[in-house]
Amino acid sequence: MSIQVKEIHKQFGEFVALDQVSLDFPTGALTALLGPSGCGKTTLLRVIAGLETADSGRVILEGEDASDTHVRQRRVGFVFQHYALFRHMTVLENVAFGLRVKPRRERSDDAEIRRRVHRLLDLVQLDALAERFPSQLSGGQRQRVALARALAVEPRVLLLDEPFGALDAQVRKELRRWLRRLHDELQVTSIFVTHDQEEALEVADRVVLMNRGRVEQVDTPTEVYERPATPFVYGFLGAVNVFHGRIEGPHLRVGEATLPHEQTQVIHGAEAVAFSRPHELRIVTDPDTPHGVAAVVERVLTFGADVRVELDSLPGAAVRGEPAHYEVVMPRAQVDALALTRGQLVRLVPSQIRVFPSQAA
Amino acid sequence: MTAVGAVYGRGDARRYEANPATRETDWVKWLILTAALTFFLLFLLMPLIAVFTEALRKGWLTYLTAITDPDALASVRLTLLVAAISVPVNLVFGVAAAWAIAKFEFRGKRFLTTLIDLPFSVSPVIAGLIFVLLFGAHGWFGAWLFENDIKIIFAVPGIVLATVFVTFPFVARELIPLMEAQGREEEEAAVVLGASGFQTFWRVTLPNIKWGLLYGVILCNARAMGEFGAVSVVSGHIRGQTNTMPLHVEILYNEYNFAAAFAVASLLALLALVTLGLKTFIEWKVERGLRDTV
Repeated sequence: MSIQVKEIHKQFGEFVALDQVSLDFPTGALTALLGPSGCGKTTLLRVIAGLETADSGRVILEGEDASDTHVRQRRVGFVFQHYALFRHMTVLENVAFGLRVKPRRERSDDAEIRRRVHRLLDLVQLDALAERFPSQLSGGQRQRVALARALAVEPRVLLLDEPFGALDAQVRKELRRWLRRLHDELQVTSIFVTHDQEEALEVADRVVLMNRGRVEQVDTPTEVYERPATPFVYGFLGAVNVFHGRIEGPHLRVGEATLPHEQTQVIHGAEAVAFSRPHELRIVTDPDTPHGVAAVVERVLTFGADVRVELDSLPGAAVRGEPAHYEVVMPRAQVDALALTRGQLVRLVPSQIRVFPSQAA
Repeated sequence: MTAVGAVYGRGDARRYEANPATRETDWVKWLILTAALTFFLLFLLMPLIAVFTEALRKGWLTYLTAITDPDALASVRLTLLVAAISVPVNLVFGVAAAWAIAKFEFRGKRFLTTLIDLPFSVSPVIAGLIFVLLFGAHGWFGAWLFENDIKIIFAVPGIVLATVFVTFPFVARELIPLMEAQGREEEEAAVVLGASGFQTFWRVTLPNIKWGLLYGVILCNARAMGEFGAVSVVSGHIRGQTNTMPLHVEILYNEYNFAAAFAVASLLALLALVTLGLKTFIEWKVERGLRDTV
């Protein structure tokens, strides 16, 4: 089922949580709402569920305006960040809840309810724990119960609020894979909220990046990572190096260095900011190289297959009063060949940069 | 003062005691223990023993005669009636107020929270006087009540009103912190799953607060049966009609009928013991519940 939100605006006092947000969630897709805390992603999810009312704008479920429909009638499945399991009920009763509170003429008999609950518990691999109470389960198990409970009412859409937020790293990784598999199996339109970019890129079909109540970019994981639309997206997704400078034709002047760029939409002479990923920088040890940004080696972190080199800008080249930091990732063999030492003066040559006008940064 | 609050942090004491680094020296320990136990004996246990010894000083027969005296029985009946009305009323009010305060945001919430505590901060005598001023013969509604032949002051309705007022905070005060701590998520989950407001309350909210609620009700009941000040002002002390047990005790005492006074008092003391027993039982249940959660 498709979900659309149109010009949703929501304010808490002075704070604008959602600023004219319009989005389209296609049928059957798993979409991630990604952004820093306070960007409005959870509020948007709760508005779609009906747990929060927007000040203006509309929520359209399956082409039908649901803005004035009560939560109860929206038939959405919602998985809460802290699971919100009914603590006085067994796992079985938790999952059965949505089936038991139906009006009498729609309600199935007890045997049928039990059969359906057991089928769902099988699906989330928890059938053996049906008689346990939530307090006797681990975080990952609780999360799966919450999911089974949400699925029990056969929701038209599944909404998950930070589904893995409260779990430790190991379990989180496992559950992510599991959720993706489950979604492929059930094909129910799903939206999940996360502040973890790795999680969003790994699990979702589409990523919606949000910042300060606005949508910054909507795209596939590959696209948002490879071609960020705004400086915010660049900074938010993965590690990034930032160069502040001025446009001089086909070059960006950073201090005394110049970097070539292919951006056509920036005006000659304008202040600009350029981004480059750590693996897109090359370290040149010959200080007389004419191009590249000068930097001083600060630390070389030599664990893992790739080596991370941390560098500082030259003391004189401080941008806006703060020395800039750079990060370069390269294969170990290359670093060994360079024989970097702490305090060594080098130049950083980007293989690719992406330039944005400064005021947008 | 909440049931849940009372059981937190037990077991910690034993850990400190077992650890030589945190253990107090013997004389400090004994000093504190002796002071506490002496106080306990003098001010808590001795009066309790005194009530029962005084009540039985002249033998079982006098005791039985005193508590089966028609006026005494009438006072017991009235006390039970007042409790039977005011406790359920406060149960409903208390749950409604706690629900509103803990689960919703609205203007004037802070004011309402303060208002709930009013009966605790006002002297019971004043509480009684308020009702005399409102419903007494010269009160605001006095003339109207007289014309319509409704008696509130110096009658059972006045006693019930005063008791409801004085005992109002118990249930609400017990539930507000509990419900605030539990948050709204479970209720939201229930509504998303299609439960109606009543189903949500009955199946989710109520089971979560049941022990806190029972605790509040027991304290409320103890106070409702034991209230003296407010009831004394509005009752009129008509023997066999508007005398509750505490008032009856006072009358007997003022008549130098000590044995009978203590006999009726012993019934109230028994009620206190039952209350304590139930209270301990609930704390034990809650503690066990907490231990299961950890």
